[in-house]
Amino acid sequence: MERYCDRCGAPEAEGDHRDCRAARLMEPPRYCTRCRRRLVVQVTPMGWTARCAEHGTLTSA
Amino acid sequence: MTDILEVARRQVLEEGRGLSAEQALECLTLPDERISDLLALAHEVRMRWCGPEVEVEGIVSLKTGGCPEDCHFCSQSGRFESPVRSVWLNIPELVEAAKDTARTGATEFCIVAAVRGPDERLMAQVREGIKAINDAVDINIACSLGMLTRAQVDELVEMGVHRYNHNLETARSHFPNVVTTHSWEERWETCLMVKEAGMELCCGGIIGMGETVEQRAEFAGQLAELEPDEVPLNFLAPRPGTPFADRPLVEGTEALKTIGAFRLALPRTILRYAGGRELTLGDLGTRDGMLGGINAIIVGNYLTTLGRPAAQDLALLDELQMPIKALSQTL
Repeated sequence: MERYCDRCGAPEAEGDHRDCRAARLMEPPRYCTRCRRRLVVQVTPMGWTARCAEHGTLTSA
Repeated sequence: MTDILEVARRQVLEEGRGLSAEQALECLTLPDERISDLLALAHEVRMRWCGPEVEVEGIVSLKTGGCPEDCHFCSQSGRFESPVRSVWLNIPELVEAAKDTARTGATEFCIVAAVRGPDERLMAQVREGIKAINDAVDINIACSLGMLTRAQVDELVEMGVHRYNHNLETARSHFPNVVTTHSWEERWETCLMVKEAGMELCCGGIIGMGETVEQRAEFAGQLAELEPDEVPLNFLAPRPGTPFADRPLVEGTEALKTIGAFRLALPRTILRYAGGRELTLGDLGTRDGMLGGINAIIVGNYLTTLGRPAAQDLALLDELQMPIKALSQTL
């Protein structure tokens, strides 16, 4: 199954995502890795949640 | 020619008169080998006119994304191909965020919305949120809801909002390169109304949006003229999909000169580290800034990006023997 970069939304197998992985240290995910949908993300002072309409919610905890 | 730091020692440190824009420019253009002298003086000024306490604040986005404005740095504008989607925080989550913030020792909690200005729905949500927070947490509440009408200013005062954030973002001469959907003057007008209503004003901006060093000095002078209670200093963190996505990060040395120069232009103001410091300055630079005029931090995460772990910042303050400002000192 194809997987997608959770920062830029491009297929993981295409291109170089090292910059994305570095940037993700200071950012929540923005794309679902399974379906590439944009996530509904809520950042709070001590955490974040990221919800995909199809695949559920991720949290920072 | 008299050395600018000698002038600043007499004018700012001893007499408490901030540097002019022209003088701030001299600080911003000091050679890199003078940065430590600049920061040392800025630290002395901060200690003399503000004291050793550090004001700690948490911020949260009540309404994220979908903003009609075109601020070129912002991932929440609905006009750009940003991955940020619209979402509203509910009241229980808002209260939890305030509680989490208070547990760090913070005295300030700022509720932020990505809007041109608040509509009735947002004002109602803010009112409900403030009541719920006040029922559950002992913390000062600030708001950042865009441009206000006079009636909205009065309404926020009545709700008990003690400080309002509205950034000028950059120098007046550079603003049209950053935002085209509203003017710098409209922002200035909201800032004046906030002050006139007796709320504390928080007004700063973002360094690294293509402004010249002269425009940074101009910005410092304009902030000094406005006399805000607090100036948050952000360093551009380029956001994917925005017009500024490909701009370079501000060099650490430039960031530190900016901190020092702004402190010398604004000797009595709360000067807060805000977004982008992690990328621009890293751990060592963050420490240098705390010893170079900064006396407030945003703890934890930002609105759409993440910050350093709160424990890391609190440990730094402990190491530097800088006490966190207590709530009793702010009321």
